[in-house]
Amino acid sequence: MPTMTLLQAISDALRYEMRRDERVFLLGEDIAEFGGAFKVTKGFVEEFGKQRVINTPISEAAIIGGAIGAALNGLIPVAEMQFMDFITNGFNQLVNVAATTAYRWGLPVPIVVRGPVGGGMSAGPFHSRSAEAWFAHTPGLKVVFPAFPADAKGLLIAAIRDPNPVLFFEHKGLYRKIREDVPEGEHFVPLGKARIVRPGTDLSIITYGRMVHIALEVAARLEDEGASVEVVDIRTLVPFDEATVFDSVQRTNRVVITHEATLTAGFGAEIAARTADKAFEYLDAPIRRVAAFDAPVPMAPSLEQAMLPSAEKLLDTCRQVLEY
Amino acid sequence: MADVVETAEIPAITPTKLLNDQQRVALLRWMLHARIFDEVTIRLYRQGKMFGSVFAQIGHEAISVGSAAVLQPEDAIFPMHRDLGAHFVRGVPLRTIALNHLARQGSMMRGTDGTGHYADPQRKLYGNISHLGAMIPVAVGYALAAQLKGEPIVVLNYIGEGGAQTGEFHEGLNFAAVRKAPFVLIIENNQYAYSTPTTEEYACKKLSDRAIGYGIPGETIDGTDVERVYEATFYAVERARNGEGPSLIEAICMRMRGHAEHDNASYVPRELLEYWKKRDPLLRYQRFLVENGILSEAEIQQMRHEIEAETVRVLDEVLQLPFPPAEEAFKNVFL
Repeated sequence: MPTMTLLQAISDALRYEMRRDERVFLLGEDIAEFGGAFKVTKGFVEEFGKQRVINTPISEAAIIGGAIGAALNGLIPVAEMQFMDFITNGFNQLVNVAATTAYRWGLPVPIVVRGPVGGGMSAGPFHSRSAEAWFAHTPGLKVVFPAFPADAKGLLIAAIRDPNPVLFFEHKGLYRKIREDVPEGEHFVPLGKARIVRPGTDLSIITYGRMVHIALEVAARLEDEGASVEVVDIRTLVPFDEATVFDSVQRTNRVVITHEATLTAGFGAEIAARTADKAFEYLDAPIRRVAAFDAPVPMAPSLEQAMLPSAEKLLDTCRQVLEY
Repeated sequence: MADVVETAEIPAITPTKLLNDQQRVALLRWMLHARIFDEVTIRLYRQGKMFGSVFAQIGHEAISVGSAAVLQPEDAIFPMHRDLGAHFVRGVPLRTIALNHLARQGSMMRGTDGTGHYADPQRKLYGNISHLGAMIPVAVGYALAAQLKGEPIVVLNYIGEGGAQTGEFHEGLNFAAVRKAPFVLIIENNQYAYSTPTTEEYACKKLSDRAIGYGIPGETIDGTDVERVYEATFYAVERARNGEGPSLIEAICMRMRGHAEHDNASYVPRELLEYWKKRDPLLRYQRFLVENGILSEAEIQQMRHEIEAETVRVLDEVLQLPFPPAEEAFKNVFL
């Protein structure tokens, strides 16, 4: 089994699906000869040609709207946002056209809109945002946020084959940082299934994206302190795998939810509310959340590190919950 | 229309050689269907029997009918809310239109939405959403897919002069031009975006002048002359089908009613409406057909009575139908 970075695994999934199904094509800014800002589609135009790897103007509404129209005409477009921050320019297409088409018309819109998100690179307020909660709040859109290369490949393949519009978030801090064995060829990870990435008995950390890796680091440190911490990577926000999360909470009786996105109305609030609703009687401590401070993502490293959730903040909160 | 010219007579139609008399009669029939559907639903609205809004397209009939009539069945059409005529041209049954408008049980949209927002994929017709301009990139994407698949179809899309001021208009049309997509966009310039006159919408003289900025042909035409609309659309569609890329057509008309029937349009100067009454697309065409011996007054009246009776009957029937069962609300959020 080859070892791949998250970025290579995403490329591998795209290449595999494009070879398998000629209806799959790509569109986005600078994705053809240039290979994309992060080189996810490097070499694609040489293999698949400019008809299936379409460079677009800086027009996110045209990219996403164009993808929707192509999907209505029988193709399977995968649109790249150069940075997911720019998805706001195509917001109308996603929340009003893509998200309502199945409901109103009964027609599939099998599009994937994928791209890099997240902070930690001093990229400032417009290249660092975690935008997933906007879309999780819009019925009709699926929201995927992988943390590991093998999952990224399997989930992206599932997203491409899904008849619904899927938003696929890739933390750019993980692109080249995380490396693991990734199955060659066919690898399908169904949307809506969480994964226990570290089993434990005393506390559950529910998380996704980059925070999965911080949670694993915190769990290892807490083990040294004698606590057994379970880490659940939800992998997809929509559909949300309640069963795996509630099962974990029912076994550990303590829960901390963490994400890199800002706190207020973040997806952690949804997980907390559902946990309180459905698993209240199993809880031995209040549900706590660790998320970014409610502010735009600042540029200077000193500010950004203060604003984003850190291992220290998560560790501190976990200790409080364990001691409650 | 800034230049109001006093014209005592109804302006003549500019006949096209592309149409035969049988096709001309069909154009009139479709225009009558659209006009009468509006007349009947306005009446129902005033009686408090209508459900939802009535966005009358009176004054627009020549545009949607004259352009949609050019298309082949395999071509796709993305109408907006004042293009009821195009639905009739594509052969959507009156009952289907009524079921969707009234959100009744059996409507293609299962009661999830109303008016002309539905899609009929068999007839390659895809309705608009309320955010006008949004469907332009979507229609362009549909055309791009056809290009990718090597299918020689054309996509015809409509927007008002109001929706032409959105960012999606620019992004969509520019993208279509860059990709030489088989795409035709018709701007129906009906002088008002809700209550806002054109002078407060844009500063250029003609919206078709924008075409040069996209590197595509653009033309402004009389949108109340159905044969002029047919001819302009015909050449734009032919060009698109030959792989020469998109075209922009600005068709000038007048919205003869309010934005919707709740709006009495008191902001529209009376003399402007008087000017456009003489340019009523139906009156103009009826006169042309009678003067050229294609139809008699009596035949037109007969056609009108038949369509009106059918429209009243179908709308009355559909209004008696229940709304869809509540469980429909929970279906199809995802497929």
